[in-house]
Amino acid sequence: MAPKVLEVNDLVTRFYTPEGVVHAVNGVSFHLDEGETLGIVGESGCGKSVTMLSILRLIPEPPGKIERGEAVFMGRDLLKLSREELRFVRGAQIAMIFQDPMTSLNPVITIGKQVAEQVLEHLGMTEAQARERTIELLSTVGIPNAADRLGDFPHQFSGGMRQRVMIAMALSCSPQILIADEPTTALDVTIQAQIIDLIKELRDRLGMAIIWITHDLGIIAGLAERVVVMYAGFIVEHAAVKELYANPRHPYTIGLLGSLPRVDGRHARRLANIVGRPPDLLQEARFCPFAPRCASVIEHCWEENPLLRLVGTDHQIACWVDVEKAVKEVAR
Amino acid sequence: MTENNVILHVEGLKKHFPIMRGLFIKRAVGHVQAVDGISFDVYRGETLGLVGESGCGKSTTGRVILQLYRPTAGKVIFDGKDLTELKGEELRRLRPRLQMIFQDPYASLNPRMTVGELISEPMIIHTNKTRAERNDRVKELLELVGLNPKFDRRYPHEFSGGQRQRIGVARAMSLNPEFLVCDEPISALDVSVQAQVVNLLEELQEQLGLTYLFIAHDLSMVRHISTRVAVMYLGKLMEMANREELYESPLHPYTQALLSAVPVPDPVVEEQRKRIILEGDVPSPVNPPPGCVFNTRCPLAVDVCYKEIPEWREIRPKHLVACHRVEA
Repeated sequence: MAPKVLEVNDLVTRFYTPEGVVHAVNGVSFHLDEGETLGIVGESGCGKSVTMLSILRLIPEPPGKIERGEAVFMGRDLLKLSREELRFVRGAQIAMIFQDPMTSLNPVITIGKQVAEQVLEHLGMTEAQARERTIELLSTVGIPNAADRLGDFPHQFSGGMRQRVMIAMALSCSPQILIADEPTTALDVTIQAQIIDLIKELRDRLGMAIIWITHDLGIIAGLAERVVVMYAGFIVEHAAVKELYANPRHPYTIGLLGSLPRVDGRHARRLANIVGRPPDLLQEARFCPFAPRCASVIEHCWEENPLLRLVGTDHQIACWVDVEKAVKEVAR
Repeated sequence: MTENNVILHVEGLKKHFPIMRGLFIKRAVGHVQAVDGISFDVYRGETLGLVGESGCGKSTTGRVILQLYRPTAGKVIFDGKDLTELKGEELRRLRPRLQMIFQDPYASLNPRMTVGELISEPMIIHTNKTRAERNDRVKELLELVGLNPKFDRRYPHEFSGGQRQRIGVARAMSLNPEFLVCDEPISALDVSVQAQVVNLLEELQEQLGLTYLFIAHDLSMVRHISTRVAVMYLGKLMEMANREELYESPLHPYTQALLSAVPVPDPVVEEQRKRIILEGDVPSPVNPPPGCVFNTRCPLAVDVCYKEIPEWREIRPKHLVACHRVEA
């Protein structure tokens, strides 16, 4: 087994807003192996982005607060590092790319300057070296005539090209971990295919580990080795990719997969739908957060929030219905 | 489905938006050729899926059909009448029969109107119903789209995205339309909620025999909901066929690349799938390339593709394609 590069334990993040306390992340634990791709899947507001931002301490404090937990990266807890120490980790060892490449780039600074900024900051290169490295990086991510485009501004690039620039910036210091937060959601499907192809190629060449956050179960199927499914700030299922799609166990995952039509047409005539909508995170979960929408809900679900438990090799779920089933099987 | 069941006939439809320059004397310095000469039929009771990437002109097509934009050229014949020639009262009288469901359930509902007011507004404009009759109809419609009829006094902000989209559907249904343009009705919604709205649209179609033009960029959902599918690129139609035929044996190189780019939620299938990665970006619709508009990205382009615009032709029964390289 490959060594772990990141281990997150019992992470809790809350936001103290005028409306009340938002329980965004409620005790999330997972790990990332060296060179592996981990998918984090969930709908909007499930806490997938906040989890990642918490690890890099990028959430605004206040109103946000990391209440407890640890995020161990190369033997050090990121949540305990000083600002100065953290600055060496961010961007250099753990890099992040975001959903919207337009708002992530500064519109009044040239592309060349923005990419060079990272190498100047982290690698201590001279201006001339940084320029060389920038051209090299932009060519790596497939920007034609990179040398001629250093003086261009972000608005002169298309959406796909801007995302390539973001990737170039993320890769500039050869990070061990790349966190990709829905990097293709704003892009068209043919451009999305280009970007995914590029990231896969770079991953295999550079051997970095990737955490890919998305709501799209399709992208994850072809990209990740392991998948974490989040709901209302909890991890509800966690499995190897093939296991998850072939044998989903949590009712939410089952519902989510059933509600997806497929371009290859292999799905039911009627889409399964999950009734209702995700819970209000202002309430602390005292029972299973999926219970109000769950089709197979039992009494126990309303009494206690289930913990993640192992149900197979590399397969964990948090569900009372499943526990009940297992108990019945043992009894028989 | 037979020819005489055509509910909507679109022929040579064009919409060019002028680009104006100048401070006091505005001049057109160019045109965005958003829709550039497309022709197709929609049959009664079917769902025609219109797909393409952003900026390909699919939403403009929907709006030009409903005369929300007046076309630059071409005909839109609905039930024997050319909508492009109708004006004022004549057009207004036809409007109840053609309605639209919008993409953004947040922007398309007036936040200062209650749900009841929103849904009855079209009835005030187009019918002679009394207030009591309208209120009854509002309750009936709320029930129809799966919302509690008691919610008619509430305001849009009290509802979630999926519920708002149901309100939008109820409003569009209030005049018993025959033909609905659904412009990306689910792309602003979460996955589990998308299925709810799509199932609702399907149920309504079965119950009421509606005809949909379903505009979307999500090719998986279009496959699910459509009877036939048309693929658009840079203001032109590339290919149109029955759903199964289009998805199982696409002929146009753009359709092939587009379909191969859509991920399938199944790791076993994904492992074996071959992806056609198109190079570059979509050219600007202000200055589309000469010849076939797809020639800048087409892996199969030859000389003729750069010189002549490919003809929109029926290559097999009910399977139309615009490509020089496709052979009968």
